Amino acid sequence: MSPFPAGASPNAAGPYCGHCGQPREENAREGSPGDASHRRKDADDGGSLPPSSAHLRCASRLHLEPPRFCGHCARRLKVQVTPLGWWAACSRHGVTTYPASEP
Amino acid sequence: MTATVHNWPILETARAQVLERGMGLTEDQLVEVLTLPDEALPQALELAHRVRLRHCGEDVEVEGIVSIKTGGCPEDCHFCSQSGLFDSPVRGVWLDIPELVKAAKETAATGATEFCIVAAVRGPDIKLMNQVKFAIDRINEEVDINIACSLGMLTQRQVDQLAGWGVHRYNHNLETARSFFPQVVTTHTYEERLGTCAMVKAAGMELCCGALLGMGESLGQRAELAAQLAALEPHEVPLNFLNPRPGTPLENQGIMDGKDALRAIAAFRLAMPKTVLRYAGGRELTLGDLGTREGLLGGINAVIVGNYLTTLGRPATADLNLLVDLNMPIRELQKTL
Repeated sequence: MSPFPAGASPNAAGPYCGHCGQPREENAREGSPGDASHRRKDADDGGSLPPSSAHLRCASRLHLEPPRFCGHCARRLKVQVTPLGWWAACSRHGVTTYPASEP
Repeated sequence: MTATVHNWPILETARAQVLERGMGLTEDQLVEVLTLPDEALPQALELAHRVRLRHCGEDVEVEGIVSIKTGGCPEDCHFCSQSGLFDSPVRGVWLDIPELVKAAKETAATGATEFCIVAAVRGPDIKLMNQVKFAIDRINEEVDINIACSLGMLTQRQVDQLAGWGVHRYNHNLETARSFFPQVVTTHTYEERLGTCAMVKAAGMELCCGALLGMGESLGQRAELAAQLAALEPHEVPLNFLNPRPGTPLENQGIMDGKDALRAIAAFRLAMPKTVLRYAGGRELTLGDLGTREGLLGGINAVIVGNYLTTLGRPATADLNLLVDLNMPIRELQKTL
């Protein structure tokens, strides 16, 4: 059972996976704007899966853990988990909270 | 066709020794429980549940936990993503006091009676102790909940300070058996952990001392751990199941088999008939929804509600609804200190 609805990850729209910090799509693997020094070297899909499903395992893990990498730049996030939520902060792209903060 | 009901000798022994007389099983007896075949598991769980009901009652203790200081720990506990010695994606973060009070309020709103403040440290320094003192005062002003702490290894002075501040319970896990500990932690010893546990008990705080199963220990070492915990006589034992974390030495360790986890739950209950036995981290992966239910009907009588320190748990409502389904009341708040 997911603790948050599908698509609630702050990284859903970015080019990088919030779990492993690697590019989401094949065309983002080369010439991507992200700084490689901010990405994990040992992404757990290992590149062994085809691009279309490369991050299925990561996606399933994001149902049981908050994102650790910014979906926009792949920088490591500062993350605070609380009993009923979490927030994740990127130094360049701001803070995402779950559940979303009230306006 | 009629199902055959076997009478497993160790379960008959446990029925007389644990259920009737309230005496926990020995290490050798626990090995027998942990090696029971799958067909014996329902009987083992049913017996563990009866032991729990008779010696602990029907209510379930609910707790929330939060990290006041995440990451950057100097210790090398091989399961932990918060060690600063591993290439883990977890970054260092301090939780500010208003956020911590908010978390305590949210936890209390679930019906929880325990709120545990946790820090990823070898032991607390003056800065952390001051933060914790301030946090305790603020929470006590605004929230009706028991406060527990988990701040690593303590000095006698720190134990006395925490007790004096009204800390209800202190968590310091053994994690694994003495014989397996050096393969999991090299930066401190089992004896150092036992020393903090002894000081906590002597100061009058409730001792919460838990286990992390599925790190590669043998069944014999699992029994050894349960016996060592029983000898400590903690008020509470949180049972964690390894959730292999990226970047840690145990990241490639497989997830513990669900039936083995249930056997362990039954065994720990039969080792400690009167102890609070709490579901803690990793159960979502190891047991899933069905296994969570089986464990609550197999010896567990407490849960961590919601999220853990760096990973997410089941939604709080899922566990609370399950307790309603099982007709298990949530333990009411009793300020003990």
